[in-house]
Parts: sequence; structure tokens; C-alpha cells
Amino acid sequence: METLFFLIITLVAIVSAILVITCKNPINSALSLIMTFFCLATYYVMLDAPFMAAVQVMVYAGAIMVLMVFTIMLLNIRVDASKKHSHKLFLGSIIGFFTFFNIAFVLFKSHVAMPTGPYSVDMIKQIGHTELIGKEIFTNFLLPFEITSILLLVAIVGAVILAKKKI
Amino acid sequence: MGMEILGLPMMYYIAMVAKVLVTFIFVLLTVAYATYAERKIIGHMQVRLGPMRTGWHGLLQPIADGVKLFFKEEIIPSQASTFAFLIAPLIALIPAFITFAVIPFGGVIEVAGYKIPLQVAAYYDTAAGQVFDINVGVLYILAMSSLGVYGIVLAGWSSNSKYSLMGGLRASAQLISYELAAGLSIIAVFMLSGTLSLHKIVALQSGFGGFDWYIFKQPLAAFMFFVCSLAEINRTPFDLPEAETELVSGFCTEYSSMKYAMFFMAEYANMVTVSAMTVTLFLGGWNGPFTAAMPLLGPVYFVAKVYFLMFVCMWIRATLPRYRYDQLMHLGWKVFIPLALVNIVVTGIIGYFI
Repeated sequence: METLFFLIITLVAIVSAILVITCKNPINSALSLIMTFFCLATYYVMLDAPFMAAVQVMVYAGAIMVLMVFTIMLLNIRVDASKKHSHKLFLGSIIGFFTFFNIAFVLFKSHVAMPTGPYSVDMIKQIGHTELIGKEIFTNFLLPFEITSILLLVAIVGAVILAKKKI
Repeated sequence: MGMEILGLPMMYYIAMVAKVLVTFIFVLLTVAYATYAERKIIGHMQVRLGPMRTGWHGLLQPIADGVKLFFKEEIIPSQASTFAFLIAPLIALIPAFITFAVIPFGGVIEVAGYKIPLQVAAYYDTAAGQVFDINVGVLYILAMSSLGVYGIVLAGWSSNSKYSLMGGLRASAQLISYELAAGLSIIAVFMLSGTLSLHKIVALQSGFGGFDWYIFKQPLAAFMFFVCSLAEINRTPFDLPEAETELVSGFCTEYSSMKYAMFFMAEYANMVTVSAMTVTLFLGGWNGPFTAAMPLLGPVYFVAKVYFLMFVCMWIRATLPRYRYDQLMHLGWKVFIPLALVNIVVTGIIGYFI
């Protein structure tokens, strides 16, 4: 049952990921990207990480993509038909091809072991995924968390300064 | 029950389908009759009668409206971006409805020896003896409500009309700003409850005959959440995106027939969702007197509270004039967000000492 569900979601994810780069209209590409994010969120749910799934939808699909769609809408980007046959296509496909082989090679040659941390599925189900993440962030990963907060604060201050003409 | 499918008893599936159908039909009927109720209530507040001709006191008005919209001509503007134009009403409508999957509307009832919690995305674990629901219920609702904005943005953009575009832009700017304030204001509730599961939040508000409701512990958060939600679903006094005096009817100017009806339904379904969420988080959910003895009273209390809040929405619409756009943004960013942050800090300090 779970495998079947996984296959369906994966199919949708791959098709929408391909549509992101093949759609002619940038808005439709953005919509496909949102669909891809949704499928990623579904994977998180299947991995017993509901908090990650909710945050994925909220932050990526809900906030970042709204900004992207906004920008595309306001700039009214139209597709340039002449650019279709440029050398970028050729170079890009070569790079993509090699990257694909590289990853496939690594995946087939190496042995991917089960992750063995202190957290098991039963423990996550009992204590709760959100609680565990919160505990880890505010104890073991406090310093990285604080540094990220400062980074975000700098970005916010920067945005205010850029947007405001008179301070 | 004897039969099992994929490791779960047959009763589980029957209960699930029944719960989904009941909730869906409840929201649909409420949406249909909320339009009627709104016209009636505003009518009486303005000393008019409201709809009177279709049926007894106009009771068949929603059906007549539905039939009218259904048979109207479907117009797609020739310069519109067709795919986005067609999909936008659906994107607006679906998040409004699927939010109801996580809202608990009653306690645990027992049917033929099988215990069923009255919440769509929940099940009763017999071995553990308690109800398990999705443990990020609130975040799920916030995530879904943040998706509703795509319907409005796409509708505004794809219609290829300046009024629609202006309406869409206003709507999305407003939605993003107020979503932030609404999200921040309910963090104070989580600090008190210590959980994100809606089932547990309701259970925590059950004591002291109603005085454990979070509205008494977090009055500021409750007020801010309700006001911000009104802004988020574009209700008066924040209905700038469809301000008919300046923007015709905003993002749905170019829509007709059933697609227009879908936007209309989405607006009212959002109103039901927001009321249900405020009830769940602040007004004790389905709690009320004698629910322990008669579990079926739970849904009655829940529906009564939801309808009361919807009445308040309509009351506000009949009373208050519309905000100006810059006042709206000022209120969101410079009043509600700082207040919500202060509320979080104060709750944290008090929570630390108690």
C-alpha cells in the first residue's frame, strides 16, 4: 500500500519537475514547481516527519513561491522563441547527462546503510516529531540556530534599508 | 468487527467515509445558507427584510442563486491565460474545504463497540486507549490557508484585466501580511498548551466549566487572531481586493457562471474555517456542559459556537466601513505584528514564573 502510494507521488513529482523546465509560460512553470514541493512534503509525511512537511508547504509553497509568482506576474516575462536553439541547451544537456551518470554511479556502487541515530520511529511517534526537533535545536544545535537567526536579522535590516529612501 | 482490510478493521473505513461525508456536507450546506443568512441579517440590521420571495421568508434563495449561476453563460476572455484562468477557482476552493480534515468537532462516540473520534484525520487506538490525530494540526491549517492565495493571484493575473490584476495584487499582499500576524498571535496558545495537536488543545480547555478556554488566558491573542483571519479571508472591513467602488469586483471581475460561484463559495467556506479554528483554539472547541454524559452534544456546541462567530463576521460587515489600503498595511505590520511579539514575550515570562 505504502509502496503504491510512493510510486504515485514519485510519478507526479517527476512529471511536475519536468514540466517546470519545459513549460513555455513562466507562471505554469512556477505552478509545477509548487506541485513538486507538495510531493516533497508528502515524502516527509511518509518518513514520519509531519512538522517538516507542514513547514515545507508553509515556507516553500506558501511564502517563497508566492514571491516568485509575484515577480513573474509584475515583470510580465514573455518567452523568447529565438533563445530556444542557443548553445545553452546543448551545454546544459551535456552537464545534466554527466551529473545523472555521476549520481547513478555513486548510488549503485556505494552501500547506503540505514541511518542509526538515537531516534527510532516508535520514539518519534510517542514523543512527537515537533517536540524532538525543538529539543535538538535549542540544546545541541543552539549555536548554529542563533547564527542563523542573526543572519536572518541582517537580511531583514538590509531589506528595510534598501526599501526605505529616508531613514 | 470481523473483516479486516490492510490490517485495519472494516469499521475504520466505514467511520472514515462517514466522517468525511458528514463534514463535507455540513460545510457545503453552511456555505449555501451563510449567503442567505448574511443577506437576511444585514437586511434586518438595516431595517429591511432581505430576500422574501423565494420560498417561506426567502428560504429557497440559495438554491435559486445556485441555479441562476449554473445556467449563466461561461465567458473566458480571449486574451486570458487559459490554463491558469481555469485552475484558479479550484485552487481557491480546495484549501478552504480540506482544512476541515483536522478540526475536531466532537468527542469520542461509540458505534457498535467501535470507538470513533469525531475528527476526520484521527483514530482511536484501542491498545493505547487514547485518540491519535495529526500532531501538527495547526500548522497544517496555516499551510493550507497560505495556499489559498494562489487562487486569487492567478485569477487576478490570468484574466488580463487591470482591475483583476490590482485586486489580485492587493489580495496577495494583504494575505501575506496578515498570515504572519495571525501565525504569530497563536504561538502564545502553543506556549500554554505545549502541543500542536488540535485534539489535545481542545482537551486542555475542558475544565472549570468554560473558564479554561484560552480566550480568558490569551484575550489579546484571541482578538488579534480573529481580526487577522478576517483580513486574511478578505472580509469586511478588510475586503479591499473586491472593493466594488474602485475595482469593480477585484480579482473575479472577469469570471462568470460557476467559476464565479466557486470564488464565492471559497470566501464563505473560509469564513466557516476561520470560525471553526477560532472556536477550537480559543473557545474550547466542542466542550460544553454534559458532554461527558452525552458525547453527541459535542458537535451541537461546536456548531453553535461556529455559527455565533459567523454571525459576528456578518455583524461586523453591517457595522464597520472599509479600511483604506495604506491604513490596512499599517495596521498589519506596525500594530498587530509588534503586539503579537510582545504577547509572546509576556506569555513566556509569565509562563516561566508560574
